[in-house]
Amino acid sequence: MLRPTDLDAPPALHIERLSFSYPDGHPALHEVTLDVRQGEKVAIVGPNGAGKSTLILHLNGILTGQGTVRVCGLDVVKQNLGRVRALVGMVFQLPDDQLFSPTVFDDVAFGPLYQGLPEAEVRARVAQALAAVGMSEYMHRVSHHLSVGEKKRIAVATVLSMQPEMLVLDEPSAGLDPRARRGLINLLRDLPQTILVTTHDLPLVRDLCPRTIIMDGGTIVADGRTADILADEALLTAHGLEMP
Amino acid sequence: MHVHFLDPYRAGTSPVHALDPRVKLVLALAFILTTSLTPVGAWPIYVLLLAIVLSVEILSELGVGKVLRRSSLALPFVLAALPLAFSTGTQRLFAIPLGFGELAVYAEGLERFASIAVRSWISVQVAIVLASTTPFPDLMLAMRAIRVPRLLVSIFGLMWRYIFVMADEAQRLMRARESRSAVGAIPGLKAGGGIGWRARVTGGMAGNLFVRSLERGDRIYSAMSARGYDGEVRTLGLPRVSPGEWALLCGGIILLLGLLWLSFLLS
Repeated sequence: MLRPTDLDAPPALHIERLSFSYPDGHPALHEVTLDVRQGEKVAIVGPNGAGKSTLILHLNGILTGQGTVRVCGLDVVKQNLGRVRALVGMVFQLPDDQLFSPTVFDDVAFGPLYQGLPEAEVRARVAQALAAVGMSEYMHRVSHHLSVGEKKRIAVATVLSMQPEMLVLDEPSAGLDPRARRGLINLLRDLPQTILVTTHDLPLVRDLCPRTIIMDGGTIVADGRTADILADEALLTAHGLEMP
Repeated sequence: MHVHFLDPYRAGTSPVHALDPRVKLVLALAFILTTSLTPVGAWPIYVLLLAIVLSVEILSELGVGKVLRRSSLALPFVLAALPLAFSTGTQRLFAIPLGFGELAVYAEGLERFASIAVRSWISVQVAIVLASTTPFPDLMLAMRAIRVPRLLVSIFGLMWRYIFVMADEAQRLMRARESRSAVGAIPGLKAGGGIGWRARVTGGMAGNLFVRSLERGDRIYSAMSARGYDGEVRTLGLPRVSPGEWALLCGGIILLLGLLWLSFLLS
């Protein structure tokens, strides 16, 4: 297995022998071990049902399995969940799930307000986050009426306002038109945070993530440089993927 | 991950499971009707009715304990009848002292309330046994067979189909909220927000679900129309009810009528 050799940066994410079964007994993850360094942009790819979404739900303790998950040196266990959720910004696949407040402002302000920040700070964070995704003029719009691309950007802003160390995005390009998709890729590429994306969009992986992990059947089957993995047709085909 | 816990149906091979859904539905409805027509204070009859329900529960292999636990669902609704204890009757039992006066409890009202509580509890158990031993699609077929208005049955069916979708959606919304419910880096700040703000967020989520369900309804209707829906759901015919099941149906109804007659004799 290939690993980036930049050993100086402290790990943003450390997962060791993580296993998880759903309450109905269906096993979803089996002994997953993974390290992600600060500032790395990593793609997790693999067929439907490979365990990608289950894995990322462990990063902020929505699901908890057996094994170790550590974010920025903090164990993802019950007493740390409050801090962990501030460190890990989770962007769900459907922006409609992420945007549950009446207006864009309310949604982007949710995280900072929940943290109990003073009003001036909340306003500053919202303005900053919306500016970062290029949506400043949407502050007082009703989320419900936006296009999918716009909603996606707002969804990213809702976690940026919490100033997380790491962004985790589930299928970020699903449902986007080419222009919105391109805009999102550029936006994510310019963000300084550690980024983890699960996706089926291999061209996005090529453009955004220097490192790729392939998951299948609840385990990591390949982990290495994106250029190498995307060139390995036999490996891609074996795990239900197509060369971009 | 999907939400399944809402479906009360528990597969099984008991005689109650195997009984034709039409017979089961009619008997259950007749039982509930009998229970609600039984006069106030006909305690021996209540015991007999309860004995019948418990026997069916044992026969159904669902586990009496489980059914009884589920039947606690009826409790909040029973409370609606509680004011009867304070407002009906003449024979004062005792009074509860309150700051501004006292609340008198009357024997007649209390008996009435207790009767309503017991009868609702028995009826809910029957409904639970019916829903737990009959797959919902079979129940719908049975409703159609006994001429429940088709529109109503279609509404039940669509509700059943999509309530799980909505529950999944609600679960995803709550996950997204949970993911952003964090503690800030600055020590000393109290996380969680005020109760008013939290209520507003929850209200927003509920409104969101409502709007989305409304839109989904439109899309579903378009998809149904596209396949030729004209307000009428057509289904394949059902097999005939066997002579044995007819006998059970008639026997059951005669027994219930008998109990009802007895309860009026007693009162």
